[in-house]
Amino acid sequence: MLNLTINGKPRKLDLDPQMPLLWVLRDHAGLTGTKYSCGMAQCGSCTVFLDGDPVRACVTPVSVAAGKEITTIEGLETPAGKAVQDAWKELEVVQCGYCQSGQIMSATALLNRNSKPDDADIDAAMQGNLCRCATYARIREAIKLAGKKLSGGKA
Amino acid sequence: MKTRDIVNLSRRRFVAGSLASAAGLTLGILPVALAEQRKSGPGFAGAAPGEAGEFTPNAFLRIDNDGLVTVISKHLEMGQGTYTGLATLVAEELDADWDMVRVEGAPADATRYNNLFWGSAQGTGGSTAIANSFEQLRRAGATARHMLVSAAARQWQVPPAEISVSAGVVEHKSSGRRAVFGELAELAAKQTVPESVTLKDPKEFKLIGKRIPRKDSSEKITGAAQFTSDVRLPGMKTALVLHPRRFGAKVKAVDDTGALAVAGVRKVVEIPSGVAVVADDFWSAKLGRDALKVTWDESGAFKQSSAELLNDYRKLAEKPGSVTRSDGDVEQALGRAENVLEAEYSVPFLAHAAMEPMDCVVRIDDSGCEIWNGEQMQTGDQINVATVLGLKPEQVQINMLYAGGSFGRRANPAADYIVEAVHIARALKKGTPLKLIWTREDDTRAGYYRPMYLHRLRAALDKYGNPVAWDQRIVGQSIIAGTPFESAMVKDGVDRTSVEGAANLPYAIENLRVDLHSPGLPVPVLWWRSVGSSHTAFAGECFIDELAYKAGRDPVEFRREMLLDHPRHLGVLNLAADKGNWGAPLGRGQGRGVAVHESFNSYVAQVAEVSVRRGVINVDRVVIAVDCGIAINPDVIEAQMQGGMGFGLSAALFSQLTFRDGLVEQSNYHDYQVLRIDQMPEVEVYIVPSAEPPTGVGEPATPVIGPAVANAVFAATGQRLRQLPLRLA
Repeated sequence: MLNLTINGKPRKLDLDPQMPLLWVLRDHAGLTGTKYSCGMAQCGSCTVFLDGDPVRACVTPVSVAAGKEITTIEGLETPAGKAVQDAWKELEVVQCGYCQSGQIMSATALLNRNSKPDDADIDAAMQGNLCRCATYARIREAIKLAGKKLSGGKA
Repeated sequence: MKTRDIVNLSRRRFVAGSLASAAGLTLGILPVALAEQRKSGPGFAGAAPGEAGEFTPNAFLRIDNDGLVTVISKHLEMGQGTYTGLATLVAEELDADWDMVRVEGAPADATRYNNLFWGSAQGTGGSTAIANSFEQLRRAGATARHMLVSAAARQWQVPPAEISVSAGVVEHKSSGRRAVFGELAELAAKQTVPESVTLKDPKEFKLIGKRIPRKDSSEKITGAAQFTSDVRLPGMKTALVLHPRRFGAKVKAVDDTGALAVAGVRKVVEIPSGVAVVADDFWSAKLGRDALKVTWDESGAFKQSSAELLNDYRKLAEKPGSVTRSDGDVEQALGRAENVLEAEYSVPFLAHAAMEPMDCVVRIDDSGCEIWNGEQMQTGDQINVATVLGLKPEQVQINMLYAGGSFGRRANPAADYIVEAVHIARALKKGTPLKLIWTREDDTRAGYYRPMYLHRLRAALDKYGNPVAWDQRIVGQSIIAGTPFESAMVKDGVDRTSVEGAANLPYAIENLRVDLHSPGLPVPVLWWRSVGSSHTAFAGECFIDELAYKAGRDPVEFRREMLLDHPRHLGVLNLAADKGNWGAPLGRGQGRGVAVHESFNSYVAQVAEVSVRRGVINVDRVVIAVDCGIAINPDVIEAQMQGGMGFGLSAALFSQLTFRDGLVEQSNYHDYQVLRIDQMPEVEVYIVPSAEPPTGVGEPATPVIGPAVANAVFAATGQRLRQLPLRLA
């Protein structure tokens, strides 16, 4: 039996401990905001937090997540997370939207470390998140906007 | 929306009846009350049918008595912003409050939701959504507005002409009476549908032309948006399919012992396209598939390599093909010219590689088949599924969900992955919902690619450096051959999707010929964002550039002189050149390139700036000018220009799908590479003001970037790269 804490709520699940966290979330916890796209940590669509650190859920066995705080897009309620979501909406980043949960999680993780990222910081943090709609120009601007909002500056 | 217990059937019958007798037909709107057909579930409002007080004036909108305006989108939202654009058209003429507008996907029903550019078929593609709906949806909105005004006039006993509508409020100014839409919905439903409506003069537009918010943003930033992969139904099973490694291979023997021993695996099913493993969840199905042993009969399988195909194509290009355009006398002009240039351009197979791999949910029961899908081609898919199951097409219900990208992949005349899911579902207990998921590897290797193409070009310049002959021979598989579209889209041996963008080359060249070879191969091919233009723009716009340099002319000036009869090409070319600082000096190792191309009646020019450092091409800045007629939403247009260009840049710099002995060499994003954020250039977008009817923006930016970058690389390095993806020597 696995004891998990997902978005602050305890869950007990009887599953193969090797099952990737992604499929536990999607098929067994009913949280489908985290997406499958590559299954080999190449695209970032499945990015979630374990104790606040971003991981690719598609290659993380669920056993690794036991005992840690798992945060998914559905539970992203920190000031940084909200600032990112607001900036995403304000600058109309999304197109098809499939990768955007992962983009938002990675962007939030970046801003948690560094609220004033420059282009190189953004490239380094976001380079693992693919977007086939190529919303990258707006992602870049939205991260900067969210950073400004977080540090109290005027947008 | 409030919950209501009373279903006012008599009213609904009245609405249906009154619509049936009214002039809805003159509006191109078929008179069926949508509520009759609506059901709850993913992709739908979730409301019980038959809300009392609801106003459903036509197939495209519904207003409930809380004032919520639901626009029914007949087109798929796959990122291109169509839900926002279509709702804008309705809301504009309805004078709705944009914040009170929501969008819902239409059911599959071509009698009401056909693409007006596709005759009687329903579907999304060819950048047609806004263009075919522009008048239809404005009329739908204007009709509803008229009925709301009639209702207010009756209720207040005032002349309709004295009533105004603005942002969802109906008002009689002189008496100070006002009502929001919701308050009038029930009475509006009882008004006669007007025989004709007057549409706004563009000067009166309040929403069209404005950067109003997208309708799908909120649910896509919270993870709430429902994609096909997110559908969860009681008792649902998940299937993965083991496909053959080579196209054309057949199952010889299946050993399912290992697969069935995996916990959670319920069934192994042999289907025409391979062998399916059905399980309780994805991971069990995946482990089951890993444990499955299949022996394949590869006697009829495709075993060629990409290099071999290119050589075959090269040989074919030596022989005349089916002529699609012939102006003047090309051979004579080439024979007597001072300067003749010859070049070969080629592009590889490409996967669409949408972020959401192909997937589909199917449930079959006694009444028919229900499908949940990022649905791009309703009518064709209904026919394909009905054929497999022995049903009537209308017994195939389709719930159109958001698609996590498509780029053409989900519009397949063969309905491949949908039919695959149907074959699996029919082997299960009746009524069992089945979700088929393709892994990334399946999505990369199981087919339907942009075909590989080779272009052989010859051109002649006279002694003044003016082009006098252009001869273009194209070799590549036909996308249309063998599909139901063949009779309409292949004429005299020419698949028009193979030559679009070349057969209509806009440059004023007196002697011009374009011909085509369409070799058949067992590799399944399909349209890929911008279709024929994805290769014709590359070959044509690069070769024009070669001619300009050969003639010693500036590439922009050279094009301008040959586009005098094409003002919209010229307009975007001049705008992009101006905003892109054409002619301004650049540093060492840097270069600027230009390309201009029309596709789907939209005109795009791009100026790309590149820098070449240590053998790597960096695209630093791209300036885009677009003329797409009336700009419905400039922000969505800008996004499509940025993203469409970025999609094309993946193909220009990185992506290729290659065969070795019939095996696809790539499998996932590590070897089928696509653009990442650190490779995205700075982008500026400029929209040409226009009063022309709106045309599409989803595709036209894609084909222009390849030639713009290749031309910039030449300017920077002197190397003329004629093969995609671009590789420096």
